Amino acid sequence: MVQLTLPKNSKITEGKTWKRPTGARNVTPFRVYRWNPDDGQNPRMDTYFVDRDDCAPMVLDALIWIKNKIDPTLTFRRSCREGVCGSCAMNIDGTNTLACTKGMDEIKGTIKVYPLPHQPVIKDLVPDLTNFYAQYASIEPWLQTKTPTPEKEWRQSHEDRKKLDDHYECILCACCSTSCPSYWWNSDRYLGPAALLQANRWIGDSRDEATGERLDNLEDPFRLYRCHTIMNCAKACPKGLNPAKSIAEIKKRLVERQV
Amino acid sequence: MSRSSLRTPLGRVAHLGTARSGTRHFWHQRLTAVANVPLTIAFVLIVVGVLGRNHAAVVQILGSTFVSIVVLLFVVSSVYHMRLGMQVIIEDYVHDENLKIAALMANTFFTIAVGFAAAFATFKLAFGL
Repeated sequence: MVQLTLPKNSKITEGKTWKRPTGARNVTPFRVYRWNPDDGQNPRMDTYFVDRDDCAPMVLDALIWIKNKIDPTLTFRRSCREGVCGSCAMNIDGTNTLACTKGMDEIKGTIKVYPLPHQPVIKDLVPDLTNFYAQYASIEPWLQTKTPTPEKEWRQSHEDRKKLDDHYECILCACCSTSCPSYWWNSDRYLGPAALLQANRWIGDSRDEATGERLDNLEDPFRLYRCHTIMNCAKACPKGLNPAKSIAEIKKRLVERQV
Repeated sequence: MSRSSLRTPLGRVAHLGTARSGTRHFWHQRLTAVANVPLTIAFVLIVVGVLGRNHAAVVQILGSTFVSIVVLLFVVSSVYHMRLGMQVIIEDYVHDENLKIAALMANTFFTIAVGFAAAFATFKLAFGL
């Protein structure tokens, strides 16, 4: 059955409360999940105080500020700091989102930061996304054709290109998949919203000639049909996309070719 | 998922391959859901209609051709819908393979038993047996 309680070694304990910056007048408290694979301890929640007058406005800025000025051991992924790379996806104030595009002023009171839910943690805020990336690879996210490659490019009308909108913007940050209860319970077999949105991006591509095979590969009670339109994916997506809609479109196509 | 396995991540995701099914289940769930809208309304109206009446009147109403056909359709559509829904819940939450198979069997048996009992009662009233 589904395990509803955390195993003993995952129970979160109270961590360290770090010193308030001296002389700071505009301070925001942060509660941050910490776990070190090497010390044999349970995960803990550390408390930091960020001097807002000394720090840029986003949650990622605050995490970098903490790492630079208070605690260099705080571990998290980040790269582009403008919502394009998807590295800094984490659970902030109860919602999966990108730390770099989430403003501290959007959150009232203490800002709680956890790693993306229901993934193995490598350290602190860094989740192990191996399974997530393998699922993406499994949908074969590249153009597949049987017609000999044209001399120039594969052509596409403006209308057909429009069908890729709300798909190509996905940055594979995993906010949607790790917010999905179906994915929490069955991520070993359910592909999850991100991989399915990407699958639909290729199913809907007018240049692709493997549409049938792609649908074959998804037609499965677990790979696709674990989606019960809970809609957490659409709510979490920091890019404003709607993976649930893409999944519904895949189901519609599967019904269409059968009924 | 066992992380200690030396299988590659892609191999694990591929699992046993695609079942090439699930669409029929999905479609039938929608089909019975749509059917259940008018059938449930009709069934509730029938139940309201027999409320407070004596046994003979209830037997007469439920045994009439139109009412018994509606009740029978409601029974078939709703128990099928119930089985499909319960199957999804079992597949979602029961991860032990043996327990899952047992639960799926029990789900089917229960549905057939309830459906047949309800259908039998309806036939009995309709044919005055």
